Amino acid sequence: MNLTLKIWRQKNANTKGAMETYKVENISPDSSFLEMLDILNDQLVNEGKEPVAFDHDCREGICGMCSLQINGEPHGPGRGITTCQLHMRKFKDGDTIYIEPFRARAFPVIKDLVVDRSAFDRIQHAGGYISVNTSGNTQDANGIPIEKHKADKAFDAATCIGCGACVAACKNASAMLFTSAKVSQFALLPQGETEATERVMNMVKQMDLEGFGNCTNTGACEIECPKGISLENIARMNREYLKASVK
Amino acid sequence: MSGFIKSSIARKVAMALSAIFLLLFLLQHFIINFSSVLSADLFNEFSHFMGTNPLVQFILQPILIFGVVFHFVMGFILEAKNKSARNIKYVQYKGNANSSWMSRNMIYSGIVILAFLGLHFYDFWFPEIAHKYVHFLPEDPNRYFGEMVEKFHDPVRVALYCIAFVLLALHLLHGFSSSFQSVGFNNKYTPAVKKIGKAYAILIPLGFIFIALFHYFNSL
Repeated sequence: MNLTLKIWRQKNANTKGAMETYKVENISPDSSFLEMLDILNDQLVNEGKEPVAFDHDCREGICGMCSLQINGEPHGPGRGITTCQLHMRKFKDGDTIYIEPFRARAFPVIKDLVVDRSAFDRIQHAGGYISVNTSGNTQDANGIPIEKHKADKAFDAATCIGCGACVAACKNASAMLFTSAKVSQFALLPQGETEATERVMNMVKQMDLEGFGNCTNTGACEIECPKGISLENIARMNREYLKASVK
Repeated sequence: MSGFIKSSIARKVAMALSAIFLLLFLLQHFIINFSSVLSADLFNEFSHFMGTNPLVQFILQPILIFGVVFHFVMGFILEAKNKSARNIKYVQYKGNANSSWMSRNMIYSGIVILAFLGLHFYDFWFPEIAHKYVHFLPEDPNRYFGEMVEKFHDPVRVALYCIAFVLLALHLLHGFSSSFQSVGFNNKYTPAVKKIGKAYAILIPLGFIFIALFHYFNSL
């Protein structure tokens, strides 16, 4: 496959960026999108040019590190996948592909396609945990019986890998799907009840402080989420927040 | 408390509650308007009651005005905040791939509805308030039907009304179910709420359009 790539290049956080055009040739349809970028970078290095910086780590769809807005969609075309799981067979020979960083005020660009998503870490630090004694006398996991459907929903929420596709897809750059998944995974379980009030209040407060937008229920986040995190979680977070507010 | 008021969730819940209140108001407004198609006397009777009942005039009407103003002002505040949350726009943004046009353009359908409300107030509400509370004209319980029909003589006005109601339908196609989601209502009944919302969003504006056209063609 021969492709034209329009890629956002930005030297660092303080400089202005712009789209630049590159050509890549003889790309196998079976290569992954990130492998295609590796080939481009090899080409750029051989030409004595600066390679394109992009985030990646596990390349198995579980770490949440790869990002990229590809042809106007986070993680590109296809559903339930991260960019590392996207293959070039999704494109046609001769295509022009637009590759941009995830855009949000709360996700500033560090370099080229790499954005700083530590806002998510700060939201998580604000309350996305339970305080358990880990000094050797931890309770058996099956000591507290939990309804199957609740355990399943908590597990589903916990599959969020914090990649930021929800923010990138949302027209408002809202982080409510991420925050609600992190609230829900504990709110659904008895172990999470003890800190439920502080958790939701502190996490929402931090989410707002980071400068994310407000959710307007377009549902784009749910569609683009590689892990299929449901809007149900946002409704649950709203309920948890209202409940916590009147306590 | 100030933290609660400023929070994104409290704002969206407030937005949703004002929307649900306006949905209920719109339904009763439609029922009264539709009575004009059935009988002039029935419409006059409803209108006279609504126009003279102190509970409606001095309690429900101010609440309604507050609800309308709040919904618009909060809508603009949230839109401004949301716009600033993405300071650099995408070169390519495929909104249609993951969300409906209606859900992404609530502000624009809302602005058209706001402009329509300006015309609607100019046509009905301001003259009504002036009639009762400025000029203190004597109450004629049979005046309402004639006053209403007179406005629908004008084809331009009828066309503007129809366009505004199409935009209202688009606004409600997203807004109805969205308001339930915002107040935390997402459960096994959600598919039913979405269906009811779709029916409401299409039938009620279509009904208003029918009423306007009915009186226009009857006046020819």
